[in-house]
Amino acid sequence: MEKNNTEKKYTFKDFLLGMKNGIIDQNPTFVQVLGLCPTLATTTSVINALGMGLATTAVLMFSNLFISLLRKIIPKQVRIAAYIVIISAFVTAVEMLMKAFLTELYESLGVFIALIVVNCIILARAEAFASKNKPLPSLVDGISIGLGFTLALSLLGAVREILGAGTLFGVSLFGENFMPAQLFIMPAGAFLTLGFLIAAVNGIKMKSAENKLKAEKLLEIQEKEAAQSSIKNGKKTEETSDGENKEVGK
Amino acid sequence: MSEILVLMFSAIFIENFIFAKFYGCCPFMGVSEKPANALGMGMAVTFVMTVSSAVTQLLYTKVLFPLGLDYLKIIAFILVIAGLVQFIEMFLKKFVPSLYNALGIFLPLITTNCAVLGAALVNIQEGYSFIESVAFGFSAALGFTMAIVIFAGVRARLKFADPPKPFRGMPIALITAGLIAMAFMGFSGMSIG
Repeated sequence: MEKNNTEKKYTFKDFLLGMKNGIIDQNPTFVQVLGLCPTLATTTSVINALGMGLATTAVLMFSNLFISLLRKIIPKQVRIAAYIVIISAFVTAVEMLMKAFLTELYESLGVFIALIVVNCIILARAEAFASKNKPLPSLVDGISIGLGFTLALSLLGAVREILGAGTLFGVSLFGENFMPAQLFIMPAGAFLTLGFLIAAVNGIKMKSAENKLKAEKLLEIQEKEAAQSSIKNGKKTEETSDGENKEVGK
Repeated sequence: MSEILVLMFSAIFIENFIFAKFYGCCPFMGVSEKPANALGMGMAVTFVMTVSSAVTQLLYTKVLFPLGLDYLKIIAFILVIAGLVQFIEMFLKKFVPSLYNALGIFLPLITTNCAVLGAALVNIQEGYSFIESVAFGFSAALGFTMAIVIFAGVRARLKFADPPKPFRGMPIALITAGLIAMAFMGFSGMSIG
């Protein structure tokens, strides 16, 4: 019965909110700027970026789930060490699986698969979310943060691959005469591209915040005008102006 | 001897951990607000990385590999590093409290600094001997320290700059790092030895 109750509390709406939280509001790359090493190092092409993102997602999902399940058993003093052991166990599993089934991708990502262990995003979610929440929300949090990370990585990888190699998913886009700006697949290009992408995200956010502010101001002005006109027209029209106010408020 | 020197020079400049390999970018962005803090972080990383390179190399060649426990290397290495970091934290708290206070939250985060684990894994991957591993760990950490101190110096001036609004904070810092990385690309054409 208890299980049923807790499951009932977690509705589809919570699920959607959790997904939006990880992918947009708290996007690990564009908003929190965490886990920079794999973000910068493995985004030389979309395929690498996608592979890295999905591997991280898998680890994040399972580590969040298990840390949440064990959250009452793990003593507080040694929790970080315990988290790291749990995380590295899953990373080892993912590494061995990739080595067996996706050898090419494994070789091009190299040490960075093993370095998922020390990705700040995973430890941050363990500490900030999974250690305080029930298993199901933690699992969803892991998936959504992981997908947010994957999306950001793929975007970065796409931009760098198009500009730096003139290809996308390994397919040539501009024909043979195109001279790609190789800088973008070099290390310096990683920093530059990420800087400009975060700036673009910030710009879009500022624009939408500005628009919101403008809309609110417009509403205020309209309300003021309505209030003034009601004063001018005297008490007789007060009722109608109230009505106007409500409409504007909507 | 000259081989070791070549290895060290290459680890510091040509294969710089930050600007060419991207190991340790989190502290690079996080603790580079003030040059003094950056230097402290760099020294802490240098110490941890040198010792951990030595310990993990021995652990792998003497224990894990002969026993066929190759696959446990990630877990074993991260535990060694976590223990070392704990030790350094206690040491600093006791003997250099000012540095301890300045580094604050970032000291435990050395555990999750990919530079340290990265160096340990590269040592194994490249099959470095014990002396080579120590030399590589030490010089890679020196390269890290140099990068973070240079970057902190530039960033201190960035505070007074006036970039467009969306670029403030992290984006302009990343672009600056990109420009420094371009300068470091000059080393990449170099052949030594």
